[in-house]
Amino acid sequence: MSDFPQRCTVAIIGSGPAGLACAIELKKLGVDDIVVLERMGEAGGNPRHCGHSPFGLQEFKRIYPGPAYARKMVQTAQQQGVRIELNASVVELGEEGLLTLSLESGRHQIKADKVVIATGIRENPRAPRLVSGQRPLGIMTTGALQSMVYLSHKKPFNRPVIVGSELVSFSAIASCRHAGIKPVAMLEQNNRIIALQPLQFYPRLFGIDVLTHTQLLEIEGKQKVSAVNVQVADGSQQSIACDGVIFSGQFTPEASLARLGNLQIDPLTQGPVVDQFGRCSDAAYVAAGNVLRPVETAGWCWREGRQLAGSIKADLDGKLPDISHSIRVDVQCDEVKYVMPQRVTLTDSHRDQFFQLRLKRPAKGSLEIRSGDTLLLSKSIHSRPERRILLSMPYLEALAVGETLTVNFQS
Amino acid sequence: MARQFALQGARVLTLEKGSDILAGASKGNSAILHTGFDAPPDSVEQACIAESHQEYRNIREKLGLPLSQTGALVTAWTTQQEQQLQGILEKAHRNGVEDVELISAKAVLKQEPGLSSHVRAAIHVPRESIIDPWTAPYVYMLQALKNGAQLWRSTEVLSGVFEGDYWQLNTTKGVVRGDTVINCAGLYGDVVDQRLLKHSDFEIRPRKGQFIVYDKAASELLNAIILPVPNEITKGVVVCKTIFGNVLVGPTAEEQPEREDASVDKSTLEMLRHKGEEILPGLAGMPITATFAGIRPATQFKDYCLSYDRQKHYICVGGIRSTGLTAALGIAKRIYRDYENFGHRHTALDDIVYPQVAPLAETEKRDWQRAGNGGIVCHCEWVTEREIKQALGGEMPARSLSGLKRRTRATMGRCQGFYCSARLSELTAGHFDNPLALDDEHE
Repeated sequence: MSDFPQRCTVAIIGSGPAGLACAIELKKLGVDDIVVLERMGEAGGNPRHCGHSPFGLQEFKRIYPGPAYARKMVQTAQQQGVRIELNASVVELGEEGLLTLSLESGRHQIKADKVVIATGIRENPRAPRLVSGQRPLGIMTTGALQSMVYLSHKKPFNRPVIVGSELVSFSAIASCRHAGIKPVAMLEQNNRIIALQPLQFYPRLFGIDVLTHTQLLEIEGKQKVSAVNVQVADGSQQSIACDGVIFSGQFTPEASLARLGNLQIDPLTQGPVVDQFGRCSDAAYVAAGNVLRPVETAGWCWREGRQLAGSIKADLDGKLPDISHSIRVDVQCDEVKYVMPQRVTLTDSHRDQFFQLRLKRPAKGSLEIRSGDTLLLSKSIHSRPERRILLSMPYLEALAVGETLTVNFQS
Repeated sequence: MARQFALQGARVLTLEKGSDILAGASKGNSAILHTGFDAPPDSVEQACIAESHQEYRNIREKLGLPLSQTGALVTAWTTQQEQQLQGILEKAHRNGVEDVELISAKAVLKQEPGLSSHVRAAIHVPRESIIDPWTAPYVYMLQALKNGAQLWRSTEVLSGVFEGDYWQLNTTKGVVRGDTVINCAGLYGDVVDQRLLKHSDFEIRPRKGQFIVYDKAASELLNAIILPVPNEITKGVVVCKTIFGNVLVGPTAEEQPEREDASVDKSTLEMLRHKGEEILPGLAGMPITATFAGIRPATQFKDYCLSYDRQKHYICVGGIRSTGLTAALGIAKRIYRDYENFGHRHTALDDIVYPQVAPLAETEKRDWQRAGNGGIVCHCEWVTEREIKQALGGEMPARSLSGLKRRTRATMGRCQGFYCSARLSELTAGHFDNPLALDDEHE
C-alpha cells in the first residue's frame, strides 16, 4: 500500500466508540493529520455485533441497535474527514510512537507524535477460567457467538448453556434468539443474577432455566459438547445435556499490545496505567475506552474518547506538565476493585477531574483518599459492583512528586 | 517412519485412524528437542534421542524448521535435590552429553534473574532446545508425500492376515496389501498388535499430562528451559518458553485407563499455576492463554518397545512417550537399518524433494510480514488469510479445527476465537468433518 502514511500527528488504534470519538473530536479541534488503524475489515468495534439496544442516546440523541450505532459512528467520522485504514493490524508498539503494522502488502511502520490505544475489551474465554473437562467444539464467548450470528449469519450450536448472568449474558440470549438458537440454561455461581434485577424475568420468558448458586464443574463431549456437569444450590451435582457452552462476561481489556510494548499494566484493571490525561507510562501513548478497565458502556467510552482528544490537543500544544510530575494512586482495601487514573499528574488545578472506581461486592461505608496520614477526601457510599463510582479529585495542589495517594474503605 | 522409508525408495502407505495426523499422543507435548542427557543410559530411547537430535539439526534448515537453543537448567530447590545433581551430571556424561556443568545458585540467578531466589543450584544443559511440535512432524509427513508416499486418513486398521510373504489388511476404507507392516499406532499400539498378531509384547498405560500456557508477555521472564530434578516416573513439571513466544508450565503425570480422555481438571491446573509461580514469581498476574492435556502412550516398561518379527514382516514401534518428538527421526533410522539387516533392499531416491512450509515460530519471518498475505485473520497469533487457505489446501488439507490450529495456530492465542471465529467459520465452511458452524444459516 504505497499511499499508506509513514508519519502522522496522531495514530489511533481501534475504531470502536472511544477511538472514533477521539478522532472526530481531534478533527474538530483542528488536529488534522490523524489516522485510525482498524485491524478488522470493517470499522465500528464491538457494537458491530451487539444486536441489542440501546446504543447512542448520549452521543446521537437517538436509540440504535449495536450494528446501526456502529454505522452511525463511522459515518460521522467520515463526514469529519477522518481517515480510517481497515485491515491495518498493529503488531508492535515501539519507542516514541513507532508502530509496526501488518498490512495486506506486508510489514509497515508508521511513526506518530501521539498514539491512542483504543483497543477495547473482550470476554475471558474458557482457558483463564481454568474450567475442567474436555475441549470439544462448541465452546465460545458471547463476542464470538455474536460475530458469528450477526456478521457471518451462522450458528455454532442449537442448545447451549450460558455461563454468567452479567448484562452481556442477556445479550447472548438475544443473539441466540436472533439466530433461532434455544439456550437450555443460564448458570450463575453467585446466589443472585449479576445484571440489574428486573432482567431476571427475561430468560424465564423464553423458557430458559436461570440457575443461580450453580457452579459449572466440567464440560463433556468428544467432538462436540454433549453436556455440562454442574453443582447446584443444595450441593448436589447434575448433568445438563447441551451442545454448546457460552462463556459470557468476565471482561478483560484487550491490552496485549500495551503489555507486550512494555507499558505499565495495572494488575487491578488489567489495562495500561494512565494519568488523568490518559497518558501511559510512555507519554507517546495515550489510552481511552474499555482498554482501560472492564467494562463501561459504549456511551461512556465515547465520552472518554472525546475527553482524550482535548488532552491530546493540550499536550501537543505543550500545555500539560510532563508525566514525570505525577504521583501514584494505590488501592489499599479489598472492597475496591480498581481506581483510575492510577497516576495523577500534578497541575495548577484539579477541578473537573475525577477518580473512577468500582467495587468488588456490594458495600456500605465511606471511601477515603489519603496522602500519608492526611485525609484528603471521604465520601459515604452504599453501592454495588454494577455501578460506576465517580469521585471528584480533592485539593491536590499542595502535594509533591514522590508522595502517594491511598484509597481505603471504612465500613 | 513414512519419511525415512519413502526417502529410501520404499512405496509407503500411511493409514491414520483419525481425520488428521498428529491427533493422538502427538498433539500435546512440551515441544523440547532433548539432548538425552537424562535418558536411561544404554537404553534404546537414549540412543534414538542422541541420533535424532543430531539429525534434526542436519535437516532442519532444508525443511524450514525452527530451533531455539535456549539451553536447560535442571534446578534443585532442596538439599536433597541438590545432592542428586552430581548423579545427573554423571549420567549426562555417560550419555555422551559432555557439555553440561553444575552451576551455583548465584550463577543460575545471573542467567535467569526471573527465577525464584530459593533455587540452590542447577545443572546447565546448553544444547536442550525448543522446537515447533507440530510443524516438524507435519513436514516429515509432507516430505514423505512429496517423495511418493501416500496417506489415507480416517482409515482404521480392523484386522489383517499374513499371507506368507505379504500382509492383507482389512481397513475401514477397504483391503490393503503390503510387504511389511510397521505399527506406529501410538496410544493404540497394543490394540493394533492384537488385531494383527493376536498378542502384544506390551500394554499401553495412558499417562495424561496437563499444561498451562501463559501469554506471550510472560516470555520475557525467562531464557532457558527450567527443569526439576526428575523422579523415577516423570521428568516433572517444566517451565519453558515455546517457539511461538508463550510460556508453558506442565506436564503432570497421571495414569488413567482412557486413551482419549485429554480432559483438564481445575484443581490440577491451579496446582500447576501455583507451581509455576513458585519457580518463576513473575508468572503471577500474567494472563493464561490456554490449558490443554496430552496423553503419553506409556507402557509397563521404562524403555521404548521396538520389536521386529522377521518371519511375519512386522515391525512394532511402541511405547514412544514424551521424548518421541525428539526421537522420531532417530527411531526411523534405527528401524530402517534393522529392516535392511533383515534383507530388505530399496533404491534410495537420488533427487529428494524438500518441501518448505511458512514458519509459525516467532523466531522466523512470519507470513504477516510478507506481501499478499490477505490480511490477518487471527489477531492474537497473527495468522494470515493466506496461511489459513494454504492449510485448507495442498497434499494434506486440515479437516478439523484442531488440524487447522496445528498448521496455523489460528484461535490458539489469548482470545481463543473472540475476534476470529466468525471469519474462520466462513473460511473453513465445507472443509471440516465437524464444522465450526451448523449447516443451516439464518437471516
